Amino acid sequence: MLSIRNLSVHYGGIHALRGISLDVPAGKIVTLIGANGAGKSTTLNSIMGLVKAGSGSVSWNGEEMLGRQTKRIVESGIVLVPEGRRVFPNLTVDENLTLGAFARHDKAAIEADREHVFKLFPRLKERHKQKAGTFSGGEQQMLAVGRALMSRPTVLMMDEPSLGLAPLFVGMIFDIIRQINAEGVTVLLVEQNAKAALDVADTGYVMETGSISFSGTGKDLLADDRVRKAYLGEG
Amino acid sequence: MDLQTFLQQFVNALSLGSLYALIAIGYTMVYGILRLINFAHGDVFMIGGYLAFYGISTFVIPWWLAVALAIALTTLFGVGLERAAYRPLRDSPRISIMISAIGASFLIENLAIVLFDARPKAFPVSDFFAANYVFSGVYVAGISLIIPLVTIVLLAVLLWIVHRTKTGMAMRAVSTDIDAARLMAIDVDRIISITFAIGSALAAIGGIMWALKYPRLEPLMGIMPGLKCFIAAVVGGIGSIAGAVLGGLLLGFIELMTIAFLPELTGYKDAFAFVLLIVVLLVKPTGLLGKNQGEKV
Repeated sequence: MLSIRNLSVHYGGIHALRGISLDVPAGKIVTLIGANGAGKSTTLNSIMGLVKAGSGSVSWNGEEMLGRQTKRIVESGIVLVPEGRRVFPNLTVDENLTLGAFARHDKAAIEADREHVFKLFPRLKERHKQKAGTFSGGEQQMLAVGRALMSRPTVLMMDEPSLGLAPLFVGMIFDIIRQINAEGVTVLLVEQNAKAALDVADTGYVMETGSISFSGTGKDLLADDRVRKAYLGEG
Repeated sequence: MDLQTFLQQFVNALSLGSLYALIAIGYTMVYGILRLINFAHGDVFMIGGYLAFYGISTFVIPWWLAVALAIALTTLFGVGLERAAYRPLRDSPRISIMISAIGASFLIENLAIVLFDARPKAFPVSDFFAANYVFSGVYVAGISLIIPLVTIVLLAVLLWIVHRTKTGMAMRAVSTDIDAARLMAIDVDRIISITFAIGSALAAIGGIMWALKYPRLEPLMGIMPGLKCFIAAVVGGIGSIAGAVLGGLLLGFIELMTIAFLPELTGYKDAFAFVLLIVVLLVKPTGLLGKNQGEKV
């Protein structure tokens, strides 16, 4: 279980996170939804140690993660697929996947995982020698997810995986999220596509200007008037 | 000018250009990873020459051991420089780290004046390097043949490291996207140290070969070659290793060929690099082999 308690982040004078708390139980899919600038990405980046948190706690199976190096956090099993995919455009698909397994040394298992990723995303296998920069947004997103899986994550966090993708890829990405979760990986998903995110999620948290305003099961939130008005463009 | 003179100048230009290339690689690699112009790089080059001098002349150890020790110690020096002057400013604005680089350069130069003495020292050159070999009328000093060969070998090793090893892959990752590299569990500080180690080792080897070619050491000897090699790296396209090599060779050839064809310009030798820089920046601001990397956010 990943537990976040009273997490606060300041950027200069801006209070980006105002003491948020949320739980990501093992084996579940949890989603954070909210408008642009609500602090969703900041939450993920501070869990990874890319952004320094002012105060609060991020505990992972009872161990404090805050203040650790990003490398240690990844090694403990928490992995982020960052916003905008951030694949290495000048490196090939193979090299990107190898970097995903950078901290691992079990060669045979790494190769097995590479084959597993190729099975999930056959398109990556077809183009494994090509540079990632030549790929479409959807293909880069597949690579970013595949690269993250190469580190054998226990918790996979994804920041806006469907942003800017063609509808075909959006459906595919959410299918993959379900599949990865079914294989036992816990998922923390940040999305602007609230409908699709709440559809797959066990639990959802709604963020507004740096705080969590309310939460509930995915189903309940889909039916909630506030969510329908603000995020689903209904009512 | 006859063919013989041309060949003579060609050999000289090739060895000078190779030296420029070796030093330019250090600038380009550090820039590629940190977007920092390591202004102290020329001084690291100077340290390499002096350490070899002390090994050979003062401690009278075998020259190969002195050279190996000088390279190793200069490498440590370069890594230490990054630790002391650049790492503490990792999250500061880029201008701060640049000012720190200029400060480090002045500090090293003035410390060298204090420690090594401002008076030039004669670098001991063994007969093997100093001997001239004659190939159909073209005189070639042993060192002028060795420099391009050493450069080619080092370049091959470097390209192998960057393109064929996991560490090299991590270096390329860090240079494209430092936060994404962190997310891959890459120890970014370690990769930066390795980059400085490689750049400083090449600068040390360049400094020692420079001293064998022009056997006169002085504390400020790194300034002009450092500046020229920085220009070579920019001309070739900063961030690109191939560009640094191309820029270095180009600069070596332009310098020596201009003097050969237009001897009356000899006094302006050191200005050619700057003319080349201005021309290239006007025509192709990213450098000959450079890509537009944009500002890092």
